[in-house]
Amino acid sequence: MRYARKFAVLRKQSLLGDAISHAALPGIAVAFLITGAKDSNVLLLGALVSGLIGVFWIRGITTKTHLKTDTALGLILSLFFGFGMLLLTYIQKQPNANQAGLDKYLFGQAATLVESDVLLMVIVTGISLLVMLLFWKEFKLLLFDKNYAMTLGFNTKFIDGLISFFIVLAIVIGLQTVGVVLMSAMLLAPAAAARQWTNSLSTMVILAAIFGAFSGVFGTAISASQNNLSTGPVIVLVAAIFVIVSFLFSPERGIIFKQIRLIKNRRDLQLKKTLYFMYDIVRDHDDISRPHAIRILNSFQGFTKKTLSKLEEKDWITIQGQNWSMTEDGFETAANLYNNNLPES
Amino acid sequence: MGTKIAVAVDDLTVAYNYKPVLWDIDLSIPEGVLMAIVGPNGAGKSTLIKSILGIIDPIAGSVAIYGKPYTKQRDKVAYVPQKGSVDWDFPTTALDVVMMGTYGSLGWIKRPGAKEKKLSLEALEKVGMLAFKNRQISQLSGGQQQRIFLARALVQNAAIYFMDEPFQGVDATTEIAIINILKELRKAGKTVIVVHHDLQTVPEYFDWVTFLNVKHIATGPVKDIFNDDNLTKTYGINYKVAVQQ
Amino acid sequence: MSPMIDIQLIATVTAAACAIPGVFLVLRKMALISDAISHSILPGIVIGFFITHDLASPWLIIFAAFSGIITVVLVELIQKTGLVKEDTAIGLVFPALFSIGVILIAQNANDVHLDVDAVLLGDLVYAPFDRLIIDGADFGPKGLWTISVILVITLVLLLAFYKELKISTFDVGLSSALGFSPVILHYGLMSVASVTTVAAFDAVGAILVVAMMITPAAAAYLLTTDLRKMLLLSVLFGVGSAIGGYWFARWLDASISGSITTVLGLLFLIIYLLHLAKD
Ligand SMILES: Nc1ncnc2c1ncn2[C@@H]1O[C@H](COP(=O)(O)OP(=O)(O)O)[C@@H](O)[C@H]1O
Ligand SMILES: [Mg+2]
Repeated sequence: MRYARKFAVLRKQSLLGDAISHAALPGIAVAFLITGAKDSNVLLLGALVSGLIGVFWIRGITTKTHLKTDTALGLILSLFFGFGMLLLTYIQKQPNANQAGLDKYLFGQAATLVESDVLLMVIVTGISLLVMLLFWKEFKLLLFDKNYAMTLGFNTKFIDGLISFFIVLAIVIGLQTVGVVLMSAMLLAPAAAARQWTNSLSTMVILAAIFGAFSGVFGTAISASQNNLSTGPVIVLVAAIFVIVSFLFSPERGIIFKQIRLIKNRRDLQLKKTLYFMYDIVRDHDDISRPHAIRILNSFQGFTKKTLSKLEEKDWITIQGQNWSMTEDGFETAANLYNNNLPES
Repeated sequence: MGTKIAVAVDDLTVAYNYKPVLWDIDLSIPEGVLMAIVGPNGAGKSTLIKSILGIIDPIAGSVAIYGKPYTKQRDKVAYVPQKGSVDWDFPTTALDVVMMGTYGSLGWIKRPGAKEKKLSLEALEKVGMLAFKNRQISQLSGGQQQRIFLARALVQNAAIYFMDEPFQGVDATTEIAIINILKELRKAGKTVIVVHHDLQTVPEYFDWVTFLNVKHIATGPVKDIFNDDNLTKTYGINYKVAVQQ
Repeated sequence: MSPMIDIQLIATVTAAACAIPGVFLVLRKMALISDAISHSILPGIVIGFFITHDLASPWLIIFAAFSGIITVVLVELIQKTGLVKEDTAIGLVFPALFSIGVILIAQNANDVHLDVDAVLLGDLVYAPFDRLIIDGADFGPKGLWTISVILVITLVLLLAFYKELKISTFDVGLSSALGFSPVILHYGLMSVASVTTVAAFDAVGAILVVAMMITPAAAAYLLTTDLRKMLLLSVLFGVGSAIGGYWFARWLDASISGSITTVLGLLFLIIYLLHLAKD
């Protein structure tokens, strides 16, 4: 069930998961009202149905009105959940209400999962994995370019529906573990962390599954080791640590390395400005390596002794006493500095 | 033509990441010109305007509007951004959008009154949109939306107007209507600076031109500098080809 | 005054106080920030309680509102890095803050008589019994006073800065070019939204706060193309649903906040269907 959630991040509907998990609540209550039993499979079916209704209403709002995605998500989230609460309080007031256990869907209760719950999760996970592999190519295409997928003749509505179905399914199944409130974190955090380490969708899916699983295992272990430490919130915080670490330290996109690169590049740019100034002097001569006096650079503001030695380090110029001369390499670099926007002619 | 310098750009270098987008730009725009900025896509035309208006911080260099930094001269400048920068579903009418141009002169808290409304209606009339004053803005065509934005710039009653590709996606009638208004502005002594794409119409529409492609290539009267040499330097290809593209 | 009227008054004033910032949140495509704020004020409330040891202290509102602002700042910081899509940032921040709140409560269960259920769902039924008593004289429910003060402040701010809010919501570029700092206006709006959320959720719960902020605005947005009318209609829808929801709950003998949300939902459904029929 973990790969369905990755797609949620990619589709600009990151909080769809949050909305769906809230939208599932009235379904659970209605299923309980109808059957009077708290067989978790029946309740999950109710959750699935109302989750799907929520998704399709969100689609309807965003495509048929000028309301934007965020408003649609907020509407469904709060309205369905409020309606669900109304039903739950109504059920509670019924004389023979045996509603204990319904609220595990609110806050999650990894500890009370029974064997059959786990079995169901395994089965659903297996099926969605299979579907995912089967439609991998189509999923990928649809996520990145819907219109292009359509021109290729893919039935985008079908695939779209399939993706929605699996997102809802994954969420509904997960509800029992982490609960409505913290569901969105479990949908987003592992994927957001994974995204920082790779640009490939398949690697990202695998990584996210690993991060998610680790958060679950660590979180459960930590919360078991102490009294009064609820499982769901601890899992969420462990996942949050994965996110923070990924944001900071991923070598490609991480904030720290990016900042270092940025500072370096800006310094480089200053250097290149000096180089370009030299290039302007040199290019009027036939012999580019002809020495020039360092003195003539004095009118250039950004120039210091340090810049010169930096330039020499990069083998762009050589320095002999009070003179400098440009190397082939330096000349090339300077010549290509600004015309890299020119179309090849 | 006035001899005062409306906009002076000095040694401006801008980079979003590591590659310079604008490189050591030195440029002065005299007061009272109707000027086109031309250059290929990605040449940094929008970036130049944005850095003049202080929307982007340069790595080096400075900009002066009538000798002072932009933050001190806000009231002298009006800017029409590239299209698509607002939410057209916003619950507001054409007249309302134009009125927003008067907010700057009102300052905080004070509400627009009869005087502001009158100014806005006049501006709407000038761009030929008076009949649409109560239309919700999403119910206007692309060209009409562009005219509304022009009207909004007009009521700002600035000395310098910046427009980023005002002819993008508008029909020929609108294009002519807009250029006529711009010419009128110039006659009234305003400085108008327009990012322009259609090289063919440059001599007809503008009296001044800047060639830009990362570096500043040339600035001057169209009749003096709008030639093959500068076009080739800017587009890197033969002028004729550039015109036909 | 009877509790019956008190409850309706609190619900009505809360609905009006929520509807106004809600309109601007919807127009700014920030509807979900209300969801985030309503969850992440929890740690603020708990920490505020540790410091003041008084659940009714006005400092609690300040602390909680402050954690609402922190949420907004964190979301923006993450968005600025460009590492994830904008809305993902919201979904990363508020569950983490909420989790911290839940853990703090569980760890100090003996000292804090705060129930996570109550935070999320709230309960109007008890609101009338916490009364403001000065020199022995009864001035009505405290909650009503708090939310009324907030409504008045919101109205004053709206009247004073209507033009500025409008322009910075519609066109950030023009707003800053004309000297109306979008940053100041943004944080001003977020502060109002946070304070309103804190005061409202005490009475109606976190989820209903979200519904009360977004739904009236969304329904009004489907009906009008005029910002003033949109504001008026939203307040009207909010107030109407609050009263309607109260009576619905009495009839059903169920949660008042759940019932108000349901009425809001039905209202939106009707307007949505009308909108579809119109095209
Ligand atoms: N926000 C941005 N971040 C990174 N690069 C940008 C950004 N905006 C523009 N660029 C890059 O800067 C260059 C100049 O862009 P722009 O000024 O929009 O060009 P023009 O308007 O002439 O087409 C382009 O290569 C573009 O990709
Ligand atoms: Mg551009």
